[in-house]
Amino acid sequence: MALFARAPIAPLEYSRTLWMRLWVGAVMVFLYAPLVVLMIFSFNDSKRNVVWRGFTTKYYEKALGNDQLVEALINSLTIAALATLASLVLGTLAAVMLWRFRFPWKGAIDGTISLPIIVPEICLGVAFLMFFAAVGWPTDLVWPFNLGAITIAHITFCFPFVTMVVRSRLATFNREQEEAAKDLGASEAQVFRDVLIPHIKPALVAGALLAFTLSLDDFVITYFTSGPDTITFPVKVYSMVRFSVTPEVNAASTLLIILTVILTFIALKAQGVKAIAETH
Amino acid sequence: MTEPAKPIIQIQNVSKRFGKVTAVDNVSLDINAGEFFVLLGPSGCGKTTLLRMIAGFELPTEGRILIDGQDMAGIPPNKRPVNMVFQSYAVFPHMSVADNVAYGLKIAGVKGGEVKDRVAEALELVKLGGFGERMPDQMSGGQRQRVALARSLVMRPKVLLLDEPLSALDAKLRAQMQFELSELQEKVGITFVTVTHDQDEALSMACRIGVINKGEVAQLATPSDLYEYPSNRFVADFVGSVNIFEGKLTLDEPDKAAVDCPGVGKIYLNHGVTGPHGADVWIALRPEKIYLHVPGEGKAVKAAAQDAPDGYNFARGKIKGMSYLGDITLFEIELDDGARIRVSRPNLSRHDQEDFTWDDRVSMHWRADSPVVLLG
Amino acid sequence: MAEQDWKTSKRTFAAVSLPTLFWVVVFFLIPMAIVWLYSFGENRGLTEIEFSGTLENYKRATEWLYLTIFGKSFAVAALVTLICLIVGFPVAMAITFASEKWRPWLLLGIMLPFWTNLLIRTYALMMLLGTQGFANKGMGALWEGTSWIKTLVGLQPLPTWEPVQLLFNNFAVVFGLVYVHLPFMVLPLYAALDRLDRSLIEASLDLGAGHFRTIMRIVVPLAAPGIIAGVMITLIPALGAYLTPDLMGGTDSQMIANVIERQFKKANDWPFGAALSFLLIYAMFILIAIQSMRKKVPEVR
Repeated sequence: MALFARAPIAPLEYSRTLWMRLWVGAVMVFLYAPLVVLMIFSFNDSKRNVVWRGFTTKYYEKALGNDQLVEALINSLTIAALATLASLVLGTLAAVMLWRFRFPWKGAIDGTISLPIIVPEICLGVAFLMFFAAVGWPTDLVWPFNLGAITIAHITFCFPFVTMVVRSRLATFNREQEEAAKDLGASEAQVFRDVLIPHIKPALVAGALLAFTLSLDDFVITYFTSGPDTITFPVKVYSMVRFSVTPEVNAASTLLIILTVILTFIALKAQGVKAIAETH
Repeated sequence: MTEPAKPIIQIQNVSKRFGKVTAVDNVSLDINAGEFFVLLGPSGCGKTTLLRMIAGFELPTEGRILIDGQDMAGIPPNKRPVNMVFQSYAVFPHMSVADNVAYGLKIAGVKGGEVKDRVAEALELVKLGGFGERMPDQMSGGQRQRVALARSLVMRPKVLLLDEPLSALDAKLRAQMQFELSELQEKVGITFVTVTHDQDEALSMACRIGVINKGEVAQLATPSDLYEYPSNRFVADFVGSVNIFEGKLTLDEPDKAAVDCPGVGKIYLNHGVTGPHGADVWIALRPEKIYLHVPGEGKAVKAAAQDAPDGYNFARGKIKGMSYLGDITLFEIELDDGARIRVSRPNLSRHDQEDFTWDDRVSMHWRADSPVVLLG
Repeated sequence: MAEQDWKTSKRTFAAVSLPTLFWVVVFFLIPMAIVWLYSFGENRGLTEIEFSGTLENYKRATEWLYLTIFGKSFAVAALVTLICLIVGFPVAMAITFASEKWRPWLLLGIMLPFWTNLLIRTYALMMLLGTQGFANKGMGALWEGTSWIKTLVGLQPLPTWEPVQLLFNNFAVVFGLVYVHLPFMVLPLYAALDRLDRSLIEASLDLGAGHFRTIMRIVVPLAAPGIIAGVMITLIPALGAYLTPDLMGGTDSQMIANVIERQFKKANDWPFGAALSFLLIYAMFILIAIQSMRKKVPEVR
C-alpha cells in the first residue's frame, strides 16, 4: 500500500485517503508494537527488559528447562484441546436445536445458552470455585484427570461461542438443499453428514479456533478453578509477572504468540481469510 | 428537436481501467440538453461505469467529462449538477418519504417553507401525493423507486442519471413505468441519461441510444435507426432478433448491390453499400421482414421479382421448428441450401397459425430494402 | 424459515437438545444458583457457611466504599468504550472500504491481537509503559530534542527529563483496557458497516451532502445496531475486567472484579463476594435490557 496514491481517489475509497491510512497505521502500531517489542526482547542478553545488550537464546533454554512452565503449557494445551472438542459437539448440537426446532421456552433456553458469554469472567470463576467446593470435587487426581474441573469450566464458556458462530452460518443454509437430498433418497442422518456438515464447515473451523484460543487465553476462570497442583500457562505466567518481569517470561510469551499465529494460519489455510473473517 | 442540439454532457476520450481490466475504452459522446438518452449494452459492458463517472463516483483513468461546458475533473459528486436514481433505489430506510425527498434540499440550504412546498410538488409529480409520512419499508418496490425519482428531481438537476431503473420491477409495472418515465421527462424537461440492458426499454423510451460493447460505443443512433440500420453485427444482433449470413459482395453500384451468401442464396439490395468488390460482408435480415408463402413457390418467385432480378431475394426450405407466441409465430426453417433462418409471421387472423406446421415445405421472399449489409 | 415443531421428530430433538440442556443446567445454572444462595449466607467459622437468608451482604455492598468502586468501574468502562469507539470507527470504515485485496489482511491485523493471549498482551504493554520502558524513553528523547532546539534558538533549556509514571495508575488501566478491547469494538463495527448498502452513501453524496454529514446522518443511524453491539461487547468485559486493573493499576485503581477476587482469595468472605458478583451480573442485565429497549424504538416509529 503506497502511502501516497497515484490515481485520484474516488469518493468511496475512504481507505485510500491519507488521513485514514495514518489512522489505521497508528492503530496497527498501537496494537502490534508492544508485542513486537516483547518478542524482540526475548532475545536480549540482559536480566532486565530495558537496554539491548546483545542477542541470546538462553532465555528460551531457560524457559523450556523450567519444568513447571513446560508442565503448565502442556496442561493448557491439553485443556484447550479437550474443551475445543467438547465445545464443538455441544455448540453444534445447540445451534442445530435452536435453528431447526420450535419448542416451548425456546426464548429462555436460547438466552440461557448465550448467558456464559455475557456473565463476567470473574463471576463465572467464582461460580465454579463455589460449585466444585460444594460438590467436593477431588483435587488429588492423576494427570490428566486433575484437569477435569478446569476443562469443565472452559467448556461452559467456550461452547456458546461455537453455537453463535455455527448458528449464523446455519442461517445462510438453503433448506432446498436438504429437501433435494431427501428427494434423492437420503436419510436424516445422511442429510446431516452430506449436506449440513459441509455447509457449516467454515463455521466449525472458526468455532474451533475461537474455542481453542479462548481456552488457552483464559486466566480468570482458571485462576479460581485450579487446584493447588494444577497450573495452566496463563496462571504460571501471571505468577511470574507478579513476581518479577524477566526475559524468561518474554521467551515463554513469544512461544505462545507464535503458536497462536500458527493456529491462525492453519485455520486460514483451511478456509481462507474471508470465510474466517465473515464468521466473526 | 428543430433547434440545433446543445450538448449538456460531453464525454471526451474517456477510459476507465480497474487494474488490468478496461471497463470503458476511449469513449467519446455528447448528450444533448433535454433529450432522453439511453446507454444500452449487455451486463459488464461498462455502461454503468460510464454513468457512475458522470455522477462522480468513479474517476476516469483518461479523458474528461464536461457537464454544461464545465470540466468535472476534481469535482466531487456532491458538487455536481447531476442527480442519480440508483438501481437499488437507495432510499434511506431510516427516514420518512418526505424526509428522504427533503434531504438534498435541506443540505442545499433551502428554507423550511419552500422545502415543504417543493417536496409536496415532487411527490405529486411522481404520483405519491399524500405518502410523505410513510416509511420506506411500508412501500412497494415501485413506490420506493418513485421516492428515489422525486428525491432526485426535487433538486432540479441539469441531468438525471438512472441506473437500470426498471430492472427490479415485474413485467407489467415495467411497461407502465416506461411510459411514465418518458412522460415525466417531457414534463420536467430535464435531460435523462438511463442505463439498461433491456433493448425494449431502450427502444421505447429513448430519444437516442448509445449501444456500448466491451467498453466502446458500438453505435449511436435513434431507436428506429438502430433497429433498421444497425452499423455492425453486434448492434444488429443485440437489438432485436436477426438472421446474419456471411457473404461476398458481387455487385456494388450507387443504386444497387448484390451479395452472394453461401447456404442462403443471392441477395439483392436497392441501394449501394460502397464496399470493395469481392469483400467479405455480412447480411442482417430481420425475421419479420421475411414473407412466408403457403406451398406453391410461384407466388414467392413472383413477389421477389417485383423489386429484384430473377433468382434474387428468394429461398425455399423446410420448417424445422415453430413457436407460437400469440401475436406472432416464430419459425425455424432449414433452407435447401443449408443455412437455418428464423422467420416471424404475425397472426393476423385467429387461424393463421394453422397455415404451417412442422416439416412443411415453404418458400419465402423479402424486399430489396430489407437486408442490411454489415461491413464489421 | 419454517422451524420444525419438536413433537414431529422427538428423537432427533432429544439427540440435539439433551446434551446441551444437561450441560447448561449442571455446569452453568447450578453453579450460578450456588453463588446466588451463598450471597444470602453468613460465614460461620473458617470454612462453614450458613444460608441464613440475610441481606447483610447486599447492605454492605451499598456502603460508600463499594458504591464508589462500582461507580468508578462504570466510569472507567464507559471511558474505555468511548475511546475504543472513536479510535475504532475510522478503522472499521477503512476496512469496509478497502480494496478486495487488502480487506482480509486488515481484518486479520485486527483479529490476530484478538486471538493473542490477554495476559501476554497486558504484559507486553507493561514492558512498554514502565518507567524504563520505551514510551518513557521516547518521550524523554522528544523532551531532550525540544530542549536542544530551545537552546539553539537562544532560549532557556528545559529542566532535565524526569521519567513519568505511566504504570500503576488510573491512566494505565484505561490505556490497557483500550489496548485489550479495541479489536472487540472494531469487528462488530466492521460487520455492521459491511452490511450497509453502499448506494445509500452514494445517494447521500449525490444529493449534495459532504462526507462528514453523510457519516453522521446516514452511516451512523443505519449502523446503529452494530455500533450498539460493539459498545456492549466492549463495555461488558471492560466493566468486569480483572487482569488489567490488577496488573497495571495502582492501589486506587481497583475495579469491581478485583474487590470480588479479594473476597475469595484473601479476605475469605465468600458470601460477600457472591453478593458482589451478583450485583455485577445484575448490572450487566440492566445494560442489556437498556440495549434491547433502544433497539425496539425505531421499529415502533
